[in-house]
Amino acid sequence: MEAHTLAPEEHFIRDEPYYEPIAQEIAIFEAAYQNKLPVLLKGPTGCGKTRFMEYMAWRLKRPLITVSCHDDLTASDLVGRFLVKGGETVWVDGPLSRAVRAGGICYLDEIVEARKDTMVVIHPLADDRRALPMEKLGTLLEANDDFCLAISYNPGYQSVLKDLKQSTRQRFVALEFNYPAAELERKIVANESGVAQDIAEKLVKFAQMTRNLKGSGLEEGASTRLLVHAAKLMASNIEPVVACQSAIAQALTDDEEMLAAVQELSSSLF
Amino acid sequence: MTAHPESASAITSHLEELLEVEFTFLHVDELAISLAALVPEDRAFLLGWTRRIASTNIQIAYQFALRAIKLLDRMDRRLIEAWALHAMDTYDRSGLSSGMRIIKEVENFAHQSHERSAGVVFEDVGGIMLNFVHGLSGRRLRLEQGDAAYTDSETLFLPAVIARMQMASDNFTLCKAMVAMMWAQTRYGSFRTDLPEQLNAYDDAGRALTHFQALETLRLEACIARELPGLYREMQRLRAELDESLPAAWQHFALELGQPGASINDSLHLLAEAYAGPPPPDICYQSEIRPETVAQCMAARIAKEKILLRVKLAQLEQELRKHRPDEAKALPAQFELTDKAETEHSQAGLELILDGAPIAPPEGVRQLLTSIQLDLGEIPPEYLVAAGPGEYDPRLYEEKTANTDDVWQGTYHEEGATLYPEWDYGRQHYRKNWCVMREKEVIPVHDGFRKNTLEKYSGLVKHLRKTFEAMRDENRLLKRQAYGDNVDIDALVEALADARDGSEMSDRLFMRMHRTERNIAVMFMVDMSGSTRGWINDAERESLVLLAEALETLGDRYAIYGFSGTTRKRCELFRIKRFDEPYNEEVQARISGIRPQEYTRMGFAIRHLTSVLNEVEARTKLLITLSDGKPDDYHDNYRTQYGIEDTRKALQEAQRSGIHPFCITLDEKARDYLPHLYGAVNYTVIDEVHKLPFKVADIYRRLTT
Repeated sequence: MEAHTLAPEEHFIRDEPYYEPIAQEIAIFEAAYQNKLPVLLKGPTGCGKTRFMEYMAWRLKRPLITVSCHDDLTASDLVGRFLVKGGETVWVDGPLSRAVRAGGICYLDEIVEARKDTMVVIHPLADDRRALPMEKLGTLLEANDDFCLAISYNPGYQSVLKDLKQSTRQRFVALEFNYPAAELERKIVANESGVAQDIAEKLVKFAQMTRNLKGSGLEEGASTRLLVHAAKLMASNIEPVVACQSAIAQALTDDEEMLAAVQELSSSLF
Repeated sequence: MTAHPESASAITSHLEELLEVEFTFLHVDELAISLAALVPEDRAFLLGWTRRIASTNIQIAYQFALRAIKLLDRMDRRLIEAWALHAMDTYDRSGLSSGMRIIKEVENFAHQSHERSAGVVFEDVGGIMLNFVHGLSGRRLRLEQGDAAYTDSETLFLPAVIARMQMASDNFTLCKAMVAMMWAQTRYGSFRTDLPEQLNAYDDAGRALTHFQALETLRLEACIARELPGLYREMQRLRAELDESLPAAWQHFALELGQPGASINDSLHLLAEAYAGPPPPDICYQSEIRPETVAQCMAARIAKEKILLRVKLAQLEQELRKHRPDEAKALPAQFELTDKAETEHSQAGLELILDGAPIAPPEGVRQLLTSIQLDLGEIPPEYLVAAGPGEYDPRLYEEKTANTDDVWQGTYHEEGATLYPEWDYGRQHYRKNWCVMREKEVIPVHDGFRKNTLEKYSGLVKHLRKTFEAMRDENRLLKRQAYGDNVDIDALVEALADARDGSEMSDRLFMRMHRTERNIAVMFMVDMSGSTRGWINDAERESLVLLAEALETLGDRYAIYGFSGTTRKRCELFRIKRFDEPYNEEVQARISGIRPQEYTRMGFAIRHLTSVLNEVEARTKLLITLSDGKPDDYHDNYRTQYGIEDTRKALQEAQRSGIHPFCITLDEKARDYLPHLYGAVNYTVIDEVHKLPFKVADIYRRLTT
């Protein structure tokens, strides 16, 4: 695919993304969308939250505007700001305003990373008002009927600083995501990467081993995404142990001893 | 490092000094002659280690030197080092005779290493192996150094050195294979029978055991071949390298036990036949089975876990049924397991069922279920009945928190204590589990100490409040930024004027709100040694009150602990304020209740508070020590260089984990040793005690801005 530039609200997903439902998340999301309720996706990194959003955007035929939140994300970054052009100030909409106007799906990824004061601007959008106050313009932007707000959040970080406030979380319909069951995960890995079923099965077993280590040295076990990465390397003829080391172990930790242990686990399996 | 002597006579006098020949009457002449004959490098190596060991025990050092000379050309240096350290650790743990035994049985230590071999040392690989075995499924096993490879079904023991193979990497693989085999014993039910009884049915129970071990090894090998094929290949390779082949008589046992469904019963069944036959084959990664040890450990665990599970289920039930109080009064709830848990392979997917609704069990319950299933092969229904109220004595399952003082008075001082290592600079190595540390509460004294202090220093308090308020989180508006939330109109007007003017137009036209977040956690470690008695103690307490007031204004997170102790067996930390505790009357009364205790052993306090501080999430972490003298302890060499070096090492450990240590001291001689401990700038000496309350808060302000 050639690179090309798109305005955020033109980002329609044209081909069906590969997605395997874990439970009833598709039906719930659709129902929430029809009832104009915002959605909160909970779950560890790399378990398919973003893929799910792409899939739903495709299914609902709405543009998907994703904002990856970081700790310096201000309200202006979402709503918009004045810029100076040729000696005059010009208002430029932020991604959230664009989605509200165009009736897109605005997906705020890892919302807890954003600053506390930033999170508050989504409150009026996330209840029955469905409006975005644009303080600097002195206007109120009422949302297009097709607009949908979704945020994601990883409850696995055991940090009080990264907890979602009650006033925020109680506005959302929450969908919990987790790593898929072994059988399903094997299918996903095989499907995404094209490796043989038995290799996918071993990878899933390996992932389970790293997930056993969560809490005793690893912050998180290997995610489905990492498994797919490793499987893709294997499909390109990289040796399994090497692929596990570069795609999974090194991505999980920098701790020498833990790296060695994970390496031993993978070499035991393959 | 001192220069090492070279001539025999010089070596003799060096050794005489090291080994205190004047008192010990050891014969060093011959030793000196053979040392003189060595190449300088080897000589320096041996003398260095002899000196290090001599700082622990002279007899062990002497015996080490005598033996090590003969080992030099056939044992790897690293192994000799490990051997020496192992001997010293054993000496620390169980005294001179055990330490001497290790030194004298050096052949056992590196058994079967006929040539210079490259063994793996437990200390080097223990961490990796522990993570490795945690990654495999099943019960959370522990890993420790023991006299051989065996397991009691909860802890895996490995010998200090594994040196059977020629190459270091092969020895590592061998070690890994041993760990995996022991894991397999717990995972595939090698202990799901009354082993002592089974074996005692034979005339020669010992012979039966060796045969049983070999049979189980064959069975578990097949399990590993299925579960961990990569490892199995390596294991086969090791055996091929050692020329270990299966005698013909044993081939068919391997075949039969290699069936996917084979269990412990099949091994026991074949035992009768094997017992009568030829001796079992030698298998390099086979671990010992110690039936009595396992039986004891299992019996205790099974009884405990049944109670624990039922109690936890009762708690779970209460939570689940709290909305329906009438039902809760009925019979104890019977939980069920979903079918998929019955198969051994899907422990992760374990689900409980109560009242027809599935529940994902909490982590604690899940681990118990896994462990019970490993022991019994299933979860009997009676285990899944929630415990009725009062059915079990809470003492049976609650963690014992014995009263600290009772424990000190008893004979077994280490019960429930935390053990910390200590750095022995003479040995250039840690003494393991050396300090027995306990946290204690300070007895609060409600005597209005805070009020009096605030009155006494009312002027200072006002001043502190003002300065500390000024340090609080501030939002500053940054103007003339290249990027920001708002247009900076002043800058824009200027820029436009510049543009008209023909000069270059600035692109810094925006303004931005900048938030400075103070993200500091500070730990105060207060000297509570006997030497602080009197006005030093008063000054410390007053300083703490003033400091706490200032920190409350500022909003930094802080904790206060006092430290003291007598000998390594009684190291005490006194909780005055935890990080999560508010500064309330109780804390104030505890500050008032700080009383001088005993000595100043510092290493353990720094190590423990470092670990406490590391649990707090903060960008900046400070460990501030308030002290009146150098490290010291009762009748111990802690007051010498040893204590200084241990403290220094503990501070280095703290620094490495991202903590900034700082020391405020009243010891005028501190300039002699504090730079060595904290570095040239990280300390302050206060020369007059009464100035301490005035200075401490100010020092803190300087440190954190």
